[in-house]
Amino acid sequence: MSASHERRSYDVVVIGAGGSGLRAAIAAHEAGARTAVVCKSLLGKAHTVMAEGGIAAAMGNLYPEDNWKVHFRDTMRGGKLLNHWRMAELHAKEAPERVWELESWGALFDRTADGLISQRDFGGHRYARLAHVGDRTGLEMIRTLQQRTVSLGIDVLMECTVTDLLRDGDRIAGAFAYWRESGRFVVLEAPAVVLATGGIGKSWKVTSNSWEYTGDGHALALRAGAALLNMEFVQFHPTGMVWPPSVRGILVTESVRGDGGVLRNSEGRRFMFDYIPEFFKAETADSEAEADRWYDDKRNNRRPPELLPRDEVARAINNEIKEGRGSPHGGVFLDIASRRSPDYVRKRLPSMYHQFKELAEVDITAEPMEIGPTCHYVMGGVEVDPDTAASRVPGLYAAGEVAGGMHGANRLGGNSLGDLLVFGKRAGEAAAAHASALGSARPAVADAEVDAAALGALAPFDTEGGENPYSIHHELQEAMQDLVGIIRREHEMQIALKTIHDLSERSKTVSVEGNRQYNPGWNLALDLRNMLLVSEAVALAALERKESRGGHTRDDYPMTDHDFWGKRNVIVEQLPDGGLGIRHQPLPEPPPELAELLEGDH
Amino acid sequence: MSTSAGATGEALAPRELTLRIWRGDAKGGGLVDYTVEAQDGEVVLDVVHRVQATLAGDLAVRWNCKAGKCGSCSAELDGRPRLMCLARLSTFERGVPIVITPLRTFPVIRDLVTDVSFNYRKAEQVPAFQPSADQPVAPFRMAQVDVERSQEMRKCIECWLCQDTCHVIRDHDDNKPAFSGPRFFARYAELDMHPNDGLDRRRLMQEERGLGLCNITKCCTEVCPEGIKITDNAIIPMKERVVDVCYDPVRLLRRRRARG
Ligand code: SF4
Ligand code: SF4
Ligand code: FES
Repeated sequence: MSASHERRSYDVVVIGAGGSGLRAAIAAHEAGARTAVVCKSLLGKAHTVMAEGGIAAAMGNLYPEDNWKVHFRDTMRGGKLLNHWRMAELHAKEAPERVWELESWGALFDRTADGLISQRDFGGHRYARLAHVGDRTGLEMIRTLQQRTVSLGIDVLMECTVTDLLRDGDRIAGAFAYWRESGRFVVLEAPAVVLATGGIGKSWKVTSNSWEYTGDGHALALRAGAALLNMEFVQFHPTGMVWPPSVRGILVTESVRGDGGVLRNSEGRRFMFDYIPEFFKAETADSEAEADRWYDDKRNNRRPPELLPRDEVARAINNEIKEGRGSPHGGVFLDIASRRSPDYVRKRLPSMYHQFKELAEVDITAEPMEIGPTCHYVMGGVEVDPDTAASRVPGLYAAGEVAGGMHGANRLGGNSLGDLLVFGKRAGEAAAAHASALGSARPAVADAEVDAAALGALAPFDTEGGENPYSIHHELQEAMQDLVGIIRREHEMQIALKTIHDLSERSKTVSVEGNRQYNPGWNLALDLRNMLLVSEAVALAALERKESRGGHTRDDYPMTDHDFWGKRNVIVEQLPDGGLGIRHQPLPEPPPELAELLEGDH
Repeated sequence: MSTSAGATGEALAPRELTLRIWRGDAKGGGLVDYTVEAQDGEVVLDVVHRVQATLAGDLAVRWNCKAGKCGSCSAELDGRPRLMCLARLSTFERGVPIVITPLRTFPVIRDLVTDVSFNYRKAEQVPAFQPSADQPVAPFRMAQVDVERSQEMRKCIECWLCQDTCHVIRDHDDNKPAFSGPRFFARYAELDMHPNDGLDRRRLMQEERGLGLCNITKCCTEVCPEGIKITDNAIIPMKERVVDVCYDPVRLLRRRRARG
């Protein structure tokens, strides 16, 4: 049976063609590896395209006093000190180089008056630091990387979905995938695989994430023997659209606040002043006057509280709504209309202007937006070595959102795009080096593994009268939204776990109509396995961590516990019996010269 | 304020809506009616998804962002090339089925999904950005006013609606090999206007990419969801600049000599 599948052989296979995947592929190719990128959608459609705000990089174009040390400190503090210090260090040091590299490949960022790359303000960043193009920075980044990938002649396998990793003993030997167009299988032989699959948001009902975000990489890694780190940390972006219902969850960029927008409740109050946590008091303005002066004079004023890290803002909004001070459609108001001129808004936020006009018939230069939290990003992910992005499975690498550690308990806006570039490059280089070091001692793909993967992928066609995959997906989203959302409670998460188990059982008998040719029902049935596994990992980890920190808020444990939980990571891994196990692992401590940077008020 | 009214006060009561969707594959197919619940705040893509989730699990359709940013959900709605995620139901006449067909210029794979590889082949032919000798390595110095013209073109979300609508290839497969299409004219123009690009692609555009086949009907500009003025700001300026290089008598003479 296995002999009949298409086979291709590479040194490095990258799964995912967003920012990290493309950057990894370019790096692997430039290191001399025969490289392929595999992606579920067409090239250029990956979720990176949705990123709006910018790439955080301490280039110091506007504030010469900015440098990697300040960026490192902001990142660690934004992550509630649970970041892997080494990742935060590498990221802060290398992000500027990665941005300039994009420029030398043709990216056209907005400019300063001196003709340098302009930088914008964002939550949690001390200085204006985000390289950007209006509010479509992700599009610029993906197009630049895409055009580079194509001009280098790297193989791109579009609309091709990986369902299993193949192993020889414990080493990576390749990947098993199907072409969406034909439904036919393809075996990709490769001693090194880079996971660059992005996030897991499709398990929640209100999300900014696209259909591709089904936790494929997280699940593939678990099943191949890698460990997942701190999966309880899920970022709910404070500002998603809430109305009309069909657009609920679609992202409203943080740049609206960076460029002067403020949050108000139904009473018209700028409520963020009521929610400044002790940890950020010293660096946050405590009056509207000071906050408003900050936009023009950052040296003598402190940041407006609207620009606190995302977890703080999301919780505050959540609370305002809960206490009955929300907007008519269950959000709060985000107002830039009363604060900036229509011209300024259209120039700085063209795609937001467009988005509200087209989708909600709201003119954001004239009226406030209604917004509320939306599931946006997972900080948790595959445990990797910071320098090489290697997981503990030989030959398996992970970069970007699918990797854990970089962002700790909460990611700062703008740190995602930089993460993709910095660690995408490192992963691609390390994967290429791994492949070349093997020489002829390459792992082999076993026929039995291929046959098993094919059988598993076809199972939904063998069942008749089984459940509809769309219904199971819907139920999973409801459960995760209601029971493992922004605010969590022990008994609710236990119910969630039970629901996930039930759904997993039921998903074994889903049946799909039609044939294998471009069949979204079948494709969803396969993605469901990943969503269910990853949802379980999140619920388990969230149940385990008995404190509140960053993107993990426990109603029953509202305090941040520095002495116990502040020193440990929660690890989820697959046990020999196929179930998921959980354990603690000490958080790596930064060396003294870096620890020093984290102290004090600055 | 009540929760049953939209920001503009429109009623959002659910109602029945019929979508008339083309189903089939390369071998053939036809229109099939699906009636589902819908409300005015929704867009066509929402209703297509409802059809998929409840009536036709295998209905093939592309989408990613649902916010007009990725350019995946292109189709023809009542014959007009549009993004399904930006097509609000309130803009269609009530009680009349909405006809959804795949992009006509590209071969059908299944249902609303077409084989758009034509565009990816044209992308492969574009000689990449190459920094000029003046500023070979970033960071570059470039003024905002000088990057803006190219930035307009870089708003392109590669939805291929302009490619679909352009009459040069819409019903003329024979023109396809020699014609890159409006999306790529915008791309060439963008590189040409890049303040720090060091390559000249003008002759290539005229002689091999089919710029001369375009007779500036502006249909591409009309369908562009990003509002890019493809004809006015990319094609016409390129046509003018091509004249400089292709029909400049001194250059022509030099070329003849080189050949001779
Ligand atoms: S203006 Fe030119 S490229 Fe655009 S649709 Fe007309 S012929 Fe095609
Ligand atoms: S130029 Fe406009 S219509 Fe053409 S592909 Fe780009 S976004 Fe679509
Ligand atoms: S789904 Fe992205 S443009 Fe319509």
